[in-house]
Amino acid sequence: MLCQDCKKREPQVHFTQIINNEKTALSLCKECAAARGFHSPLDNMPFPLADILSGLTANLPMQKQIAQEESISCDGCGLTFEDFTRQGRFGCGECYKAFRNRLEMIMRKIHGSSIHRGKTPLFENSSEETTETFSIKEEERLKEELQKAISSEDFERAAELRDKLKSLQESLTVEN
Amino acid sequence: MFDEMAKSPAAWLSSAGKESLVVLSTRVRLARNIAGCNFPESADIETKKRVISYVDSVVTRSKNMSDGIYIKATDIDELDKDFLVERHLISPVFLNGELDKALFISEDEQASIMVNEEDHLRIQALEAGLNPRGAFEIAMQYENEISKYLEYNYDPDFGYLTSCPTNAGTGMRTSVLIHLPGLVLTREIDKIISHITHSGLIVRGFYGEGSDVLGNLFQISNQTTLGITEDEILKQIERVTNEIIEKETSARKRLIEETSEIIEDKIWRAYGILKNARVLTSEEVMNLLSAVRLGHATKMLDFLDVSLINDILLLSQPAHLQKYYGSEMDNNRRDFVRAQMVRDKLRDQ
Repeated sequence: MLCQDCKKREPQVHFTQIINNEKTALSLCKECAAARGFHSPLDNMPFPLADILSGLTANLPMQKQIAQEESISCDGCGLTFEDFTRQGRFGCGECYKAFRNRLEMIMRKIHGSSIHRGKTPLFENSSEETTETFSIKEEERLKEELQKAISSEDFERAAELRDKLKSLQESLTVEN
Repeated sequence: MFDEMAKSPAAWLSSAGKESLVVLSTRVRLARNIAGCNFPESADIETKKRVISYVDSVVTRSKNMSDGIYIKATDIDELDKDFLVERHLISPVFLNGELDKALFISEDEQASIMVNEEDHLRIQALEAGLNPRGAFEIAMQYENEISKYLEYNYDPDFGYLTSCPTNAGTGMRTSVLIHLPGLVLTREIDKIISHITHSGLIVRGFYGEGSDVLGNLFQISNQTTLGITEDEILKQIERVTNEIIEKETSARKRLIEETSEIIEDKIWRAYGILKNARVLTSEEVMNLLSAVRLGHATKMLDFLDVSLINDILLLSQPAHLQKYYGSEMDNNRRDFVRAQMVRDKLRDQ
């Protein structure tokens, strides 16, 4: 069946109207439905991921740089950065490490941040590493990362690291 | 399978929930992957089988999980798949295509775990009404329990690592299923949806991703999962949902003040059709129930109970209907039997 208005595209919107017991049914494609003024309130929902990833390579200033970035691939599963931007999915956890530098920007576009502030895994099985010693180690790590970010003038990352460090230190004070 | 379950109402649709005049249910989903294994979409069959065998041994050893249902996808027939989707225990894509997948459902049906969906583990919990914190606590119980046995893929910067970058960090999606006939009828819904999306949340139709609006039911969920704590996500959802409830309630009030006869007629007609029709499609039931639900909330149909409306909503879906009557039926037969079921449910009202 084709759209009843343009008779070209597949119908996607089905509309039934009953006036004085007379039923009219319409099957229209999205474009013709919109032309008649029917629309679903969800039509205009953004799908940012595809836009972010497809816009990514387009925004790079130099062709050379694109070639360089595309040649990065993950040691764990072999996925290239180009594959990743096309499919929008990682192959394995190692991909995050392999693409780390590019990912910070992507994550900021998707989430407005590139640093996790939520829960950390529990280490209940390990006798050496309790939650507390983990937090102390994490505090040290964050301080080092923060120094690195400041010296490389990555201030966006530095700000995110500082926020995370602050909330970690607050949670440590509460626990003690 | 699931024959007993089909005869009882789903826990997440019980009327006991908070804000049940507007909010049907709340769901929290946590995405987790197991360290050292490729994500399901890029893993070979051996890896996926290994993931399943890891989960097998967790379920066997864990006291919390031994009472639930644990089943391999290959043991779930077509009708049961649809049934589980309708009951919101699995996602529509979970059982498509290859079957190196498994499913855990807790005894009280409030939690389920999909193994080898887009991520190795999708742990979800459902609560009736508006209760993000309650659902989160249930999901975390299972998350913690599994973490005693398996190491999650985690990075100090990017948090829990997921197949899609939109889930990284907390791996947490909180969704609220909400009924907004007032805002749809007063045509304020577009404005509200744009307000919701500007608050960093996503709006979808009844069945989640990619689905259209049916019966004025919308699903609102958080978009951001990284750089935000679990607690902040819960608060954000709760705050925005409460704002929408307030707007919906005032839209309903205005509708009744300004167009009482028209609305009253619409509600009673819907009730009349449900009580008397001989043939009903599931879509028609969804839309009529929306009017009846509004009638209940505005005390016009005060003799009805929310749990009865929810019961009819659930049972009128195709797979539920067939499981309820214990036989497979074609479309026409279903529409006939559905009308019969609805009449039976409403007979004593």
